[in-house]
Amino acid sequence: MTSISSLSAAFTGRDPDHQLFGPVPDRTGQSYEAVHPKRVGFFTDTSVCIGCKACEVACKEWNTLPMDDAHGQIDALGLSGESYDNTGMLGANSWRHVAFVEQSRAVDLPMPTVGLPGADAGTRPLQDPPVVHEGVPASATTAEQTDPQQTSSGDREIRWLMSSDVCKHCTHAACLDVCPTGSLFRTEFGTVVVQEDICNGCGYCVPACPYGVIDQRESDGRVFKCTLCYDRLTDGREPACASACPTQSIQFGDLDELQARADERLRALQDKGVEGARLYGRDEGDGVGGAGAFFLLLDEPEVYGLPPDPVVTTRDLPSMWRHAAAGAAMVLGLVAGAFAGRRR
Amino acid sequence: MFQQDLANADCIVIEGSNMAEAHPVGFQWVMEAKARGATVVHVDPRFTRTSALADLHVPIRAGTDIAFLGGLINFVLTHELDFREYVVAYTNAAAILREDFRDTEDLDGLFSGYDPEDRAYDETSWQYEGTSVTAAAGQRQSPQPGASGSATRPVGQGAGDEESHEASQSEQAGSGGITVGGKPKRDETLQHPRCVYQVLKRHYARYTPEMVQEVCGIEPAVFLQVAEALTANSGRERTSSFVYSVGWTHHTVGVQYIRTAAVLQALLGNMGRPGGGILALRGHASIQGSTDIPTLYNILPGYIPMPHASKDRDLDDFVGEASGSVGYWGNMRAYTVSLLKAWWGAAASAENDFCFGHLPRLTGDHSSYQTIAQQIQGNVPGYFLVGENPAVGHANAKMARLGLANLEWLVVRDLQMIESATFWQNGQELETGELRTEDIGTEVFFFPAATHVEKDGSFTNTQRLLQWHHQAVEPPGDARSDLWFYYHLGRIIRQKLADSTDPRDRPLLDLTWDYPVHGPFDEPSADAVLREISGTGPDGAAVSGYTALEDDGSTSCGCWIYSGCYADEVNQPARRKPGREQDWVAPEWGWAWPMNRRTLYNRASADPDGRPWSERKKYVHWDEDAGKWVGPDVPDFQAEKRPDYVPPEDARAEDGIGGADPFIMQNDGKAWLFVPSGLADGPMPTHYEPAESPVPNALYPQQANPSRIEVRGAWNRANPAQSEAFPYVVTTYRLTEHHTAGGMSRTLPYLSELQPEAFCEVSPQLAAERGLEHLGWATLVSARSAIEVKVLVTERVRPLRVAGREVHQVGLPYHWGPNGLVSGDPANDLLGAVLDPNVHIQESKVATCDIRPGRRPRGPALVEFVESYRQRAGSGSGLLPEGGRAPIEVQT
Repeated sequence: MTSISSLSAAFTGRDPDHQLFGPVPDRTGQSYEAVHPKRVGFFTDTSVCIGCKACEVACKEWNTLPMDDAHGQIDALGLSGESYDNTGMLGANSWRHVAFVEQSRAVDLPMPTVGLPGADAGTRPLQDPPVVHEGVPASATTAEQTDPQQTSSGDREIRWLMSSDVCKHCTHAACLDVCPTGSLFRTEFGTVVVQEDICNGCGYCVPACPYGVIDQRESDGRVFKCTLCYDRLTDGREPACASACPTQSIQFGDLDELQARADERLRALQDKGVEGARLYGRDEGDGVGGAGAFFLLLDEPEVYGLPPDPVVTTRDLPSMWRHAAAGAAMVLGLVAGAFAGRRR
Repeated sequence: MFQQDLANADCIVIEGSNMAEAHPVGFQWVMEAKARGATVVHVDPRFTRTSALADLHVPIRAGTDIAFLGGLINFVLTHELDFREYVVAYTNAAAILREDFRDTEDLDGLFSGYDPEDRAYDETSWQYEGTSVTAAAGQRQSPQPGASGSATRPVGQGAGDEESHEASQSEQAGSGGITVGGKPKRDETLQHPRCVYQVLKRHYARYTPEMVQEVCGIEPAVFLQVAEALTANSGRERTSSFVYSVGWTHHTVGVQYIRTAAVLQALLGNMGRPGGGILALRGHASIQGSTDIPTLYNILPGYIPMPHASKDRDLDDFVGEASGSVGYWGNMRAYTVSLLKAWWGAAASAENDFCFGHLPRLTGDHSSYQTIAQQIQGNVPGYFLVGENPAVGHANAKMARLGLANLEWLVVRDLQMIESATFWQNGQELETGELRTEDIGTEVFFFPAATHVEKDGSFTNTQRLLQWHHQAVEPPGDARSDLWFYYHLGRIIRQKLADSTDPRDRPLLDLTWDYPVHGPFDEPSADAVLREISGTGPDGAAVSGYTALEDDGSTSCGCWIYSGCYADEVNQPARRKPGREQDWVAPEWGWAWPMNRRTLYNRASADPDGRPWSERKKYVHWDEDAGKWVGPDVPDFQAEKRPDYVPPEDARAEDGIGGADPFIMQNDGKAWLFVPSGLADGPMPTHYEPAESPVPNALYPQQANPSRIEVRGAWNRANPAQSEAFPYVVTTYRLTEHHTAGGMSRTLPYLSELQPEAFCEVSPQLAAERGLEHLGWATLVSARSAIEVKVLVTERVRPLRVAGREVHQVGLPYHWGPNGLVSGDPANDLLGAVLDPNVHIQESKVATCDIRPGRRPRGPALVEFVESYRQRAGSGSGLLPEGGRAPIEVQT
């Protein structure tokens, strides 16, 4: 199990219990409460996303966010020209963002053959694969699916990639590390949340986020981002976006379960020979120690506007402090030396 | 079929529907099917969000689906891939036609019986050998020349030409179709040259993959991929389903589109079986309910036809021979009398014909576009608009606005101040000078309406499922429910008329208008209305279903197909047992008409002997030990009728249906591959070009549907076929982010920001050809008007090679109008009103246009600009006299 305490990390870099980078120790049982809740997150399976943007609307409704345009301008409206994406990016006013990526390439069509249907026609096996729960849709993890979002269209092959992006709720969250007020904190669910009544608008967290997620609202000065619906979680309900998603592209749950489901889904797609299928943010050894909200992508992360190799920006803080301290000591030494010399 | 059943399909063809965008919640079942290994095919002019999730997208020229589906029928018949046992037993394939029937192959695209004068068919030659069309319900279906097609003439024929105003035959038949008298001769070997199977085979023989390419622009290899996926996934062990929406219905041949799919699915044995069938996705919440308990002019609740003024003088006339016929329509008298008892209660008795005389009567075609044409003439004093925004949402929205401007009064009930309530203030015609506010005499009454969370009531969804919603909050301000509005309107009118002795007021005064009310605003009880709809028996208790209805006035029922929705005095649609606590059919979630059946004609899921066709596709079957039909669904059959039941000669109604005849609403119990009576435009679907098409009909000299209805006037000019002035195909559609004409979405910030501007989608090739720039402005022009929208250039739209040339298609979402947070020109200003002869639906899914870069002219210059196009195209002048009251023109 992956578990993170709500204790803030120290800046020493020496205490193995307090880290800004690398593997995180298991803190199960170390809680003020009798039972520490498991770490939760999102698994966003973009291969079944239909781009309906129900997640965006549900998020804005629940969190009463302002209307804005693709540049984050409040009360502005305008066509972005980026396919069907008029949200543009994650920001203070949009905590879910569905990207639309249009791709196309030529394919060679086989010469037409007229005759009785061949054995290669698209038929499903007569033994149906087991369904997790009869009558409940699309746990896509049990799916045997051929190339999702990759459709031949006449002599072209067109892909229209759709992907709902969100705050990653990093294992090593730089926004939280740099927050001087304690407005940003790690919840008992392992998520990262801004407390709006504490944020002083210093904006340190904005450049700290390796994904460019957290953002200041210009008219307000404070920063806002996805809370993973902390208020709903404490009431035992799933986040608004996940409950609105009609195809279970956005799955909410305990992170370890989601990870297992994602691994299985990836294997199924790879077995089907789906080019480019990969998990993003799943690896606990990556630059942010793995993400609480991770993704199944069908192409390079850059295609979706995601950084290929994000690294927590506070990774080098301890060594920076050490260098700074060494530098300061040297300066002090020099100054002391100078005074000492004058006295002579 | 129902949406959840899509998960059982082995192949799903979505055509004429953008399901992922327009029905995203139901689309989860397509995703489930795909996850279980089904092949998903999307046939559509554009590559949409549905295409993105399909295995195969087939780009098709808009308006050519019959050629494509006909090609599939030809493929099935040529290779004998039909499910032969099913076809012989359950369809009319073996029936033998008369000798004088002539096909479109013989008559250059027309069937025998066509009268060019009336532009209508006489169906006599379409009959089975040795049978006659005997009307199921009296004279209304009599096959006299001109009866079926009389509505096909342009509206506005002179007075004294009443016949020409009649509603078409198919509508008058209600949902039951037409009764064919006598048993047809059959050839069970399907070899007789005049049997339906062979006639069908000849009819579609030229619909080859090459012809499909020529007409639709689909490469033969792609066509064969679909044909093979569909046929390989149909038969005893497998089933395939079709999904369609208004992409099929909004055509001058819309009914025949769906007929083509029905013929194909019947041949493949995909009807009445799990994972099989044809799923019609309705456009918005409870639109199914508003045809079941209709807001249509020509049917009564439960698809009972509306009586005709001159023909249906009394109940006996009206019910006519239906009372002696076979199939469930044989009980029409019981359904009608129970309806009359529900409406007029104690006042309705056998002595006064159960108040049959109180029913309104048809005097002609009063469908939507004809009514608008009459409004423009000043012949319609008042109009109610409830949840409809024709000033944006109707094809030829300008025509709709002209109609609204020529009323005396208009009631608009809506959630928001929609364009249809503000046309006098900010309509486009004010800017062009064609109308002036001070000259518009229409008095507009706007009533804010309560939303579904602010009132009790039911939705009837796309799969006939009634689901109850309970009021969560009180409506704000003056907003009230529709039920409240009509109940109190009726109450007040009845009060005002209470002392009237005028016989014409009797229908109002005799109504049972006694619903209990509650709350601070005297809200009527929706529950009581549902109970009345479901019906009560002689003891006053709720009936179990329509089989309990009698024709002697002892029972009462507001809509026979809904009968039983209040069985056991329980609001059945309010049942919400979670899916995980019941089987996959989930019969205890809501209530589906009729009798809580989820799949219609499900007797067809068993073979003629009553055994499942296969273990894998087991559904409803005969249990010999129990002596009844069993399965997860309610059998769509008399529960204890044995599969080997042979009806005696004199049997009537349901007793006349044999034990191996699943299609119980037809009087022969068969699925009809060939329709001997009941359709205005032919017994078999035939490819006609859309009314507005850039290319000639490659299959027949007959260019477009000869029976289509044209509504002629300066306010509705047509783009001539193959006009150089209008060289491009345009198709309109919805986006996920907005709702139809925008009344429920353009006012909401969270939806408006997602699709903030009116736009069109064009291919890079068309953009290059016409100098269109991505995100720049484009002006689209037709003979009706010109509009401006932003341009999205995308490879998702592609030119098709058709008839030796490149045909460009322009995609145009239609959500915008002048009001709301996001505004834009209504796409419907561009479209004309030209209609299907069976159901009077407009061809809004395909038209022609010109497209050019830049913004449109403003003010009076816009009128001149469009007029110059009309002159070039030879469309006739569209200049309007004062008030817009240009006359309806009669075709010469």
